[in-house]
Amino acid sequence: MYAFDYCRVAAADEAIRALREAEDGSFLAGGMTLIPILKQRLARPTVLIDLSGIVVLGGIGEDEQGLILGALATHAEVAASPLVRRVIPGLAEMAAGIGDPQVRHRGTLGGSLANNDPVADYPAAMLALDATIRTDRRAIAADDFFTGLFETALAPDELIMAVHVPVPDLFAYRKFPNPASRYAMAGVAVAVTGKGVRVAVTGAGLSGVFRMTAMEEALAADFRPEALDAVPVPAGQMNEDLHGSAAYRAHLVTVMAKRALAAAR
Amino acid sequence: MPVTVSMRVNGTALTREVEPHTLLVRFLRESLGLTGTHVGCDTSQCGACVVHVDGLSVKSCTMLAVQADGAEILTIEGLAATDGTLHPVQAAFREHHGLQCGYCTPGMVMSAVDLLRVNPDPDEAEIRHWLEGNLCRCTGYHGIVTAVLDAAARLRATPRTPGESAV
Ligand SMILES: Cc1cc2nc3c(=O)[nH]c(=O)nc-3n(C[C@H](O)[C@H](O)[C@H](O)COP(=O)(O)OP(=O)(O)OC[C@H]3O[C@@H](n4cnc5c(N)ncnc54)[C@H](O)[C@@H]3O)c2cc1C
Ligand code: FES
Ligand code: FES
Repeated sequence: MYAFDYCRVAAADEAIRALREAEDGSFLAGGMTLIPILKQRLARPTVLIDLSGIVVLGGIGEDEQGLILGALATHAEVAASPLVRRVIPGLAEMAAGIGDPQVRHRGTLGGSLANNDPVADYPAAMLALDATIRTDRRAIAADDFFTGLFETALAPDELIMAVHVPVPDLFAYRKFPNPASRYAMAGVAVAVTGKGVRVAVTGAGLSGVFRMTAMEEALAADFRPEALDAVPVPAGQMNEDLHGSAAYRAHLVTVMAKRALAAAR
Repeated sequence: MPVTVSMRVNGTALTREVEPHTLLVRFLRESLGLTGTHVGCDTSQCGACVVHVDGLSVKSCTMLAVQADGAEILTIEGLAATDGTLHPVQAAFREHHGLQCGYCTPGMVMSAVDLLRVNPDPDEAEIRHWLEGNLCRCTGYHGIVTAVLDAAARLRATPRTPGESAV
């Protein structure tokens, strides 16, 4: 690893100030993405600003609209939270399927969203659930947040504070995990809300997480797994790599969508 | 710039200067000489480096020593009793051929101890799911799973906190 400086801050404004003052600073949450990147020398920040001491970024709660998940909520905390399990059980289940227990003990919601890895699970869940990402300066709808491979609407010095998740009528997420990394080869989240059906796909698309509107329309008319048989998934928009061809991923998207539908509650 | 960190490792309080880019595993092995914690990969996937930080199993190769400032660390060296009596999970690994070369074993054991904390009575599928982040190139996992099942039964019969006599 290249050398860098390290600072731990106690408040959001302190973190942002430290980042602005740094030549090339980076926020550090669970480190489950950032530290592997540093080990591979794929990034060379001058200072890491550790967010773990910012108490207001932690915690899991609710208001009239739904769940409020702090940016520092770990995957293990979301998976084990009695509140999340009661209100959106499929979200707790999704968190329980990220990586392995050691990754879940440290990896955070905020880190996962900010990173927007095209094979990560949370982006699909939050996009389907029509969540709102609250930062230090504004609220960003999930529809506007994920802008491309590892790209988000966040400004370089913008800090995710919490995520607001409206309670759906039904929700489930299913992924076909890469057997080595546990990341999604294809993952599909299906949510039914008062506003309609939302289907979001991760792991498969050429430009990262996306909403599968053709499936949403088909399911609005007929909410059964068989309704998806008639919906083509264009292989031309799928990712192709050593783990699978574009045609295989297109096939997986339909299979995962059907499984999510069958599991939705 | 070096940073001063304080933590308790296997019950002993210590304060040291570390470079911010020093990984926790490197700190444990090279600064403290606790070489029971292994490094098996560069990709955070193998789990040979698993230790407990504030009671939770984590990959010490994917954490900076500075992030452990103020924490309570338990490594494989702190698991057995001070008189050398093995922890029930260690004893079960030995009896059920849960190891061959032993490279993955410290991480496997630390991960299994954590599983039995959250789930004292896991079935085989739950054990395999929990050990997803611990890779073994030798055993084929069967002996490991048998060992964890047996250790769980022993611990249910006589509960014990890890490292209790080492602390
Ligand atoms: C072996 C392994 C397996 C994994 N498997 C999966 C998997 O199956 N599915 C999956 O989805 N993920 C998986 N992950 C990734 C894991 O979920 C990470 O926890 C997550 O991607 C990043 O969260 P973090 O808290 O560790 O962030 P960090 O690594 O600390 O940070 C990641 C990025 O986000 C930024 N950041 C962090 N917090 C904030 C914030 N509050 N505001 C703004 N920016 C912020 C950082 O500056 C950095 O650029 C895996 C990781 C590993 C090592
Ligand atoms: S050495 Fe830590 S996961 Fe492989
Ligand atoms: S015993 Fe050799 S790697 Fe597990």
